Amino acid sequence: MSTGTAVDVVMPQMGVSVSEGTITRWTKQVGEHVEADETLLEISTDKVDTEVPSPASGTVTEILVNEGETVEVGTVLARIGGEAAGAAPTPSPAPEPERSEPDSAPAEPAPEPVAAAPTPEAEAQPQEAPTNGKAFISPVVARIAGEHGVDPSKVPGTGTGGRVTKRDILAFIEAGGEAAAPAPPAAQPEAVTPAPPVVPAAAPAPPAVAPPPAAPPPAAPVPAAAIASAGEPAAGEGETFEPMSAMRRGIADHMRRSLDTAAHVTSAIEVDMTNVVSVRAKLKREFEQAYGVNPTYLAFIARATVDTLRDYPYVNGELRDGQIVTRTFVNLGFAVELADGRGLIVPVVKNAETLNLLGMAKGIADIAARARSKQLLPDDVAGGTFTITNPGGYGTFHGTPVISQPQSAILGTYAIVKRPWVITDQNGTDAIAIRSMMNLTLTYDHRLIDGALAGRFLRDLRERLQTWGESDY
Amino acid sequence: MPEMTYLQAISDGLRQEMRRDKRVFVIGEDVGVYGGAFKVTLGFQEEFGSWRVIDAPLSETAIMGGATGAALMGLRPVAEMQFADFVSCAWDHLVTVAAKQRWRAGTPVPFVLRLPSGGGFSGGPFHSQNPESSFAHIPGLKCVCPATPEDAKGLIISAIEDPNPVLYFEHKHLYRRVKGEVPEERYTVPIGKARIHAEGTDVSVITWGAMVYTAEEAAAQVDASVEIVDLRSVMPWDKQAVLDSVRKTSKVLVLHEDTRSGGFGGEIAATIAEEAFEDLDAPVRRIAAPDTPVPFSPVLEKAFIPQVEDVARGLRELVEY
Repeated sequence: MSTGTAVDVVMPQMGVSVSEGTITRWTKQVGEHVEADETLLEISTDKVDTEVPSPASGTVTEILVNEGETVEVGTVLARIGGEAAGAAPTPSPAPEPERSEPDSAPAEPAPEPVAAAPTPEAEAQPQEAPTNGKAFISPVVARIAGEHGVDPSKVPGTGTGGRVTKRDILAFIEAGGEAAAPAPPAAQPEAVTPAPPVVPAAAPAPPAVAPPPAAPPPAAPVPAAAIASAGEPAAGEGETFEPMSAMRRGIADHMRRSLDTAAHVTSAIEVDMTNVVSVRAKLKREFEQAYGVNPTYLAFIARATVDTLRDYPYVNGELRDGQIVTRTFVNLGFAVELADGRGLIVPVVKNAETLNLLGMAKGIADIAARARSKQLLPDDVAGGTFTITNPGGYGTFHGTPVISQPQSAILGTYAIVKRPWVITDQNGTDAIAIRSMMNLTLTYDHRLIDGALAGRFLRDLRERLQTWGESDY
Repeated sequence: MPEMTYLQAISDGLRQEMRRDKRVFVIGEDVGVYGGAFKVTLGFQEEFGSWRVIDAPLSETAIMGGATGAALMGLRPVAEMQFADFVSCAWDHLVTVAAKQRWRAGTPVPFVLRLPSGGGFSGGPFHSQNPESSFAHIPGLKCVCPATPEDAKGLIISAIEDPNPVLYFEHKHLYRRVKGEVPEERYTVPIGKARIHAEGTDVSVITWGAMVYTAEEAAAQVDASVEIVDLRSVMPWDKQAVLDSVRKTSKVLVLHEDTRSGGFGGEIAATIAEEAFEDLDAPVRRIAAPDTPVPFSPVLEKAFIPQVEDVARGLRELVEY
């Protein structure tokens, strides 16, 4: 049985080559009760993201490493106090005595959790079952315990490693064990614990850490102050907290990673779209009546972009493991805002080099519709080689988008507006004309693409759009 | 009540039905003059004539195709594969035509396919298999696997009566080894209903066919009260009986002679996990043959087919868990 002794929760070894891990989320906070094998926290390593089960049942008395921090395998992350049971009142938070060897070698082959606890069973590495027997509560025992208000940790176990079997708990109840347990609901007794408001001395708790979902602590009799002082930021006057969606987290991570990876540079060019505007006006009715598809400006730009990319393979390329990857195909990504405005996704039109204007318009309409109705398949957002983002719908005329990794560049398209523009006729005479003008930006990874190359790419793309003829598809 | 072997009980049930119902006939390789590879139909041709006890050419496809057509036309064929292993030659008629006909066109296909199955006699990879899970996976087919003489007779009669294709897996190891009292009169055993072979309170064994006896012997070696559930039918299977037993004992061992991966025990274990999770006091344990063909060598075959000691060990681990 878990006695009053605290049990350490350590950063587990997630594969032989992994030496450290990052805490992504604590699912329990100081003062909360956790069952053995219940998820206590989520970690992320360069190999896997995973949940870490609690090695023991009890109250979380200390959290020593905050969300977002990266620590070495074997580092003590938290402590789980003894069961509230009749065990000694444990007034001491006991941080020091347990620390006998946190300075052990960092990346030993299989650093077992810090010793010191008297019972070897109480220590178990989470993924190693046999030694975990004592703490494990089987489904039927959990159910019977709940039905009879019995704390399984008080039942003498006769199963493997001292596990409480169904027979054990039934015998315990029959012998009147039920009455021995003071409070009926299983989780309650912990509230009685002094639950020392532990000061996470080791962790400075940087305020920068994103606020956790702030699950309102169950209105337990634990003094509210004890919970608030556990180091989580509280909402200020007039502020509200809102949990980040998985998509928002994904976007946040990806954007940050992209800026940390690529050397972002943006070049812009002005394009006279007058030809495209007039060709589109003619095609629009035909496309809509015959094919039910709207030939958007984006489809024109995408078509011209694909043709231009074939002349500039680096712009459609990638840096991968010290090699430059170029391709004979173009998988064209389009940044699409979700219908609820709460996120962005980049579905991909595969093999865009095989599509004419009609095919491109259909392909874009299809993925955009499916993106907004959440019907995209995993394959639809994978494998992009170049991306177009189109914030111009709101009238913006310039921007510096972030490259979608591991691609090398992203094209930004902006509002088409009528502007006075100097044109030169065949005779070399200048005149001011009213033209439909649009800015394009190319944001590129300077590690692979130099400014001159980007300039030539934009020049050629502009040329294709400006000379678009009625017979061009 | 007369005592019969498992084989005699099959023969008895089949003969009774042929006497009672002129639509019932037998078709298979050597079922007539020779009386069948295992003599289940010995004397049948003398009694019923060669039109109702048909010696088929050596073509399982022809047997199954003929039986399917005859059933469609209103007869009640009982086809025999000399060994269950040979049914793979008849797969298309069985699975593509017979299993789907009722669903597709509304016409019933009331035949019985007798499949002598199982190992234990060094028959090697072509004469020892237990292919019931392959067919349990085909919607439209029923699969029964009797373990006792009484069930063997009752189930062959139920199978002939049933308006659907029924695969009747008769275990060769039991043919002459198992004897029991069998009622003389006609009776049926419901398809899809399990039988509690032994009542117990500590751990349940879910099994069928010859493994019922392996479980029985293993239970005798273990100091615990073991409940043995004989499924009798693998499809449809008696989920309720299994869940009732699990709720009683909270510890389960699923045992079959077929190979492990994709074996029907996986379906049973998954159902227990889904529907009786909160009644479990130990992980659901499976004991089955390893994922290899059946070996010829007696030593290897013994290592392949679950033995009494294997089951006893599994039971002890569960009891001690």
